[in-house]
Formats: sequence, C-alpha cells, structure tokens
Amino acid sequence: MRILPLILVFVGVLALAGCAKKPTTPPEGATGTTVPADGASTAGAGAGGVGDASGLPGYGTGEGAGEGALGADSIIYFDFDSAEIRPEFAGVVSTQARRLAGNPGLRMRLEGHTDERGSREYNIALGERRAQAVRRALMLQGAGDAQIITVSYGEERPAIEGADESAYAKNRRVEFRPAN
Amino acid sequence: MKHRLLAVLAVVALAVALPVQAQLTVQITQGVEDPIPVAVVPFGWDSAGAAPHDVAATVAADLERSGRFRALPRGTMIDFPQSAAQVDAADWRLLKVDYVVVGRLLPRADGRFDVQYELVNVLTGQRLLGQSLPADAGALKRAAHRVSDAVFERILGLKGAFATRIAYVEVQGRAPSRTFRLMVADADGANPRVVVQSSQPIMSPAWSPDGGSLAYVSFEGGVSAVFVQMLSSGQRVRVSARAGINGAPVFSPDGRRLALALSRRDGNVDVYLLELSDQSLTRLTDSPAIDTEPAFSPDGRFVYFTSDRGGGPQVYRAATTGATSAERVTFEGPYNARPRVAPDGRSLAVVTLDRGAYRIATVDLDRRGSRVLTTGRLDEAPSFAPNGAMIIYATREGGRGVLATTSVDGRVQQRLAGGAGEIREPAWSPFLP
Repeated sequence: MRILPLILVFVGVLALAGCAKKPTTPPEGATGTTVPADGASTAGAGAGGVGDASGLPGYGTGEGAGEGALGADSIIYFDFDSAEIRPEFAGVVSTQARRLAGNPGLRMRLEGHTDERGSREYNIALGERRAQAVRRALMLQGAGDAQIITVSYGEERPAIEGADESAYAKNRRVEFRPAN
Repeated sequence: MKHRLLAVLAVVALAVALPVQAQLTVQITQGVEDPIPVAVVPFGWDSAGAAPHDVAATVAADLERSGRFRALPRGTMIDFPQSAAQVDAADWRLLKVDYVVVGRLLPRADGRFDVQYELVNVLTGQRLLGQSLPADAGALKRAAHRVSDAVFERILGLKGAFATRIAYVEVQGRAPSRTFRLMVADADGANPRVVVQSSQPIMSPAWSPDGGSLAYVSFEGGVSAVFVQMLSSGQRVRVSARAGINGAPVFSPDGRRLALALSRRDGNVDVYLLELSDQSLTRLTDSPAIDTEPAFSPDGRFVYFTSDRGGGPQVYRAATTGATSAERVTFEGPYNARPRVAPDGRSLAVVTLDRGAYRIATVDLDRRGSRVLTTGRLDEAPSFAPNGAMIIYATREGGRGVLATTSVDGRVQQRLAGGAGEIREPAWSPFLP
C-alpha cells in the first residue's frame, strides 16, 4: 500500500531533476520560444491534472529560497511609500558593501518588498525602487555592478501575515541574500 | 525524450494527489429593490432516465445571480408548460410573474442535444424569443448559460455575460511553503481548473481578446517573467524575461501586442509595447517615476497606466503611437491606480483611496467625475464584465482574500464565497465564441 506514493515521489523527483538542467532564466530578453513547465506546472484548461512546481534548485521553497530566516545584518526596513534608506540602516548597508568590495567573486541578490496596501503591480515597482536604492548605495561604497541583482516581490511575499502597522513595518523591506 | 516522458508521468501521477479544487459560489449581498419576477419552468425531457442537465435550474440561478431578477420557486408552480403555446398567461399573472421561460431538451440522432427554449411576456401574451441551441452532452450547462444570456438581453436590452469565465490567483498554505495557482472558472464559479501552479508567486492574469489564452507573471525562475499560455493545450511561451521587472501584461484589443511594465537594468519602471509576432519592443513611457499597470482603450489608440510622476499614484494615458505626451486623467483623491477601461471606452475602474480605505471606483472620462462603488478596506484588481454591467474585484472577508462583484451603478453586490485559501486578482474573460 505504501509503495505507490513513494513511486510517485520518485518519478516526480526524476522529472524535476531533468527539468532543472535547462536554463530557467535567459539573460536579457531571450523570448519567443515555447518553454516546458520547468519551475511551474501547466495544464490545458480541459485537463484537470497538474504537477508540482517545487524542486527548482535555489528557488524552491524553504532555506536559501528567498524565504528562509535572515540575520539582522541582512535586512533593512522602509517607511510607507518610501525608498529612502533610513539612517539606522546605514551600518547594515556599509557592512554589506564592504563584504562585496572585499570579495569580487561574491554575488548578492537584493529582494525588495512592500506592505499589502495599494495595487500589486505598483507595489512590485515600489519594491524594485527600494532594491535599486540599496543597490546604488552599495555601489557608491565600492560594490561592483555585476555583483548585485535585484528582484522585487512587491506585496507577494510578506515577512509577517497581518493587517496592522506592526506587520506592515516588517514587510516594507529589502533583504540581502547570497546569489552564488 | 526520456525527461519529457518522465515529466508527463509526474504530471499525471501528482495530479492524483492534488486536493479537489474547491468551487466558488455566488452569494448576492445586495440586489435591486424590485427585481423582475420571472418563472423558469423545468424543461421537458421525454427520453428514458433523468435529463442530462437541469437547464431551467441553471437559467433561474443565472438570472437571480444578476440581482436584477427574482425567479419563482418551482414548488409554487401549478403548471409545467414546455412551449409558448402551452403557457396560460392569466395563470402566471396570478402568480405575479412578468415573464415565463419554457423549453425542452431533445436528444438528437448524432448523440448531441437540442436545447429548445421560448420566452413569453405574460403581461402582453407576446412570445419574445424562440430558439434551438445544439449542444454536446458535456456542454449543456454552457448552453443553459447561453439561454440566460439571450433572456437577459431580450428583457433588459443588455448583452448577458453568463457564458463567460473568470481567471484568478489562488494561494494556499503559509510562508515559506505556499502554493500559487492560476485558475480559470465559469463566471458563476463552477468548473474551476488549474492553469498553472508554482511555489513562487503568480500574478496579474490577463485574457487574450479571443478568450483562448492568458498572459500572466510568474516568479518560478526566481525572478519575474511574463508568459502567454493557451488554455486549450496548456502550451505556453515565455514572452519577456528581461533583467528587472517583467510585469503587468495586458493584450491589445487586436491580440497582436502586449503592453507591460519593464524596469530593465536601471530599475526605472516604464510601460512598453511588445509585438508578439517578432518580439520587438517599443517604449511607451519614459519618466524617472514609476509607470506601470497599463490598460488599452477598446479602440487600441490609448494606453492608460498608473504613474507617480506627480507625487502620488494617479492614472495617465498615452497614445499608442507615442505621438503625444501622457496626460493625467484622474483628479479626485490622493491615490488612483490599476486602471481598467470599460468596454465602451468611456469610463475607468480604478483602485482609489477613499477615507483611508482602498476601494473600487469608476471614473467618467468625459466628465472626470469619480464614484466609489465598494466598501472594503483593501479592495483591488477591478475587472469589467465584457458587457460592462458588472465589475469583479478582490476584497477581504475575515482577513482572507475573496472575490466580489458590483454592478457599475453599485446597486447589485455579490460575493464569490468558498474556494480554498486566498483568492485574488480576478480577470473577467471577453465574450467567448
């Protein structure tokens, strides 16, 4: 009885391992080709079944996936509708800038986030503005352009679920994550 | 080849383990004060066994769901005519009914069915409609929605939108293990189907004008990318995976282009037009501010978008030829964003900041007046029904994301209750072939 789920999991892992060898994010632009369901599973509307989307290396759920726990030196918070780096976080930025400047091989991913107020795509833009503000600050302090990539999740990945100002304040943030 | 086969196996196998998709059901929270009384008589069925679909029940539910009609309960009916000739108008007048829908379901030699129906005005005795719709056994509910569309249009003079669909994003689980699903369901919430699912965010679904494809944003690769996916086959194309933001896609009215928001390398978000045939890109806005959330006018001449170039977010429009500079079109209140253009092109639905709450408003483009239609605290993502009569949007209920609709005059309000997890970002389909 127990063996069927194991087989299904095994088949799934094999399939996803196969998929993971393909590049998932082309550089600038590469478009127009039909892509198989690498990281996500698709289905025709007529079909009821879809597969599972986890298992993409580095971008799945959990640790190292953009949703794991971060230390206090890897996250800074912002005021409402603002991308200005608050004075109390200048130290975090300079610490990270020194790390990058001292390790040219090191690459960092800046993830910009917002609280849930306002429209979703506008918040994507606002999260990007925050990540870009941090990127510029890092570069002013010696980090290289090629060492930093920015991603905005807008309000899509709150650090804390909740609809009060204390949750909102924790959600308006930029996270520094290793990108190697 | 081997990998592909395994992938197919995995898709089939894991489908078994997926929970059944919970269906949304419509609850009317506010209707018009004096809905039109109508009787939808159970359709005749003379063949063996039970009828393959209760057409009358679907039609009655559709009409009631619109908030404009009240359907006579079956238990109250004293006669069950199957054609207009059998309708005794005086009897129905006694039951305080203005209109009667009658019909029959007939099996055909080719295995399909004919849905025959007629509409009678019992106040005048006039037969207003008489039609026969052929339908496959699996498409009888859709045919019933078409009957509702025809009855609705004949009585109210407005095209019905019952035989349409909605797309939305459903999120289950809590961080860090959440599942995002792009869903498509019938306009009444029935037949929910998964279009794509991922452990990473899926956003901003938008219908192609033929109703056959959806554009959407997926973060499945760790960064945002825009996809266009055919609903019938599930086949999809990644149309934009540039550095920075790839967001807010919408199809042009001719279906040949997307308007979308890109930040490219410098992080400055602007609106671009992407030609789908050759992937050529035209920059439509160029300001240091945030320009995003584009929406085409129905004639394709303008793109409306959100910009904070004047300080706070407001809606502007630019000519798609790029000939003129953008002009501002919203003026009431400190915040107006995420425009969608009404099918007649004369008004916008936007998210507006109304006394500290984010609500759905319409903006009259000729007179510039704006009207708040909803009462939530975090209402968002308005989308017009293709007949322009209703707007579907996302709201909160008990801290959970749900969908709701409002008529454009604010009189009819509905919730689409149920479903699993957090429901957001509805997009109403165009009229479907």
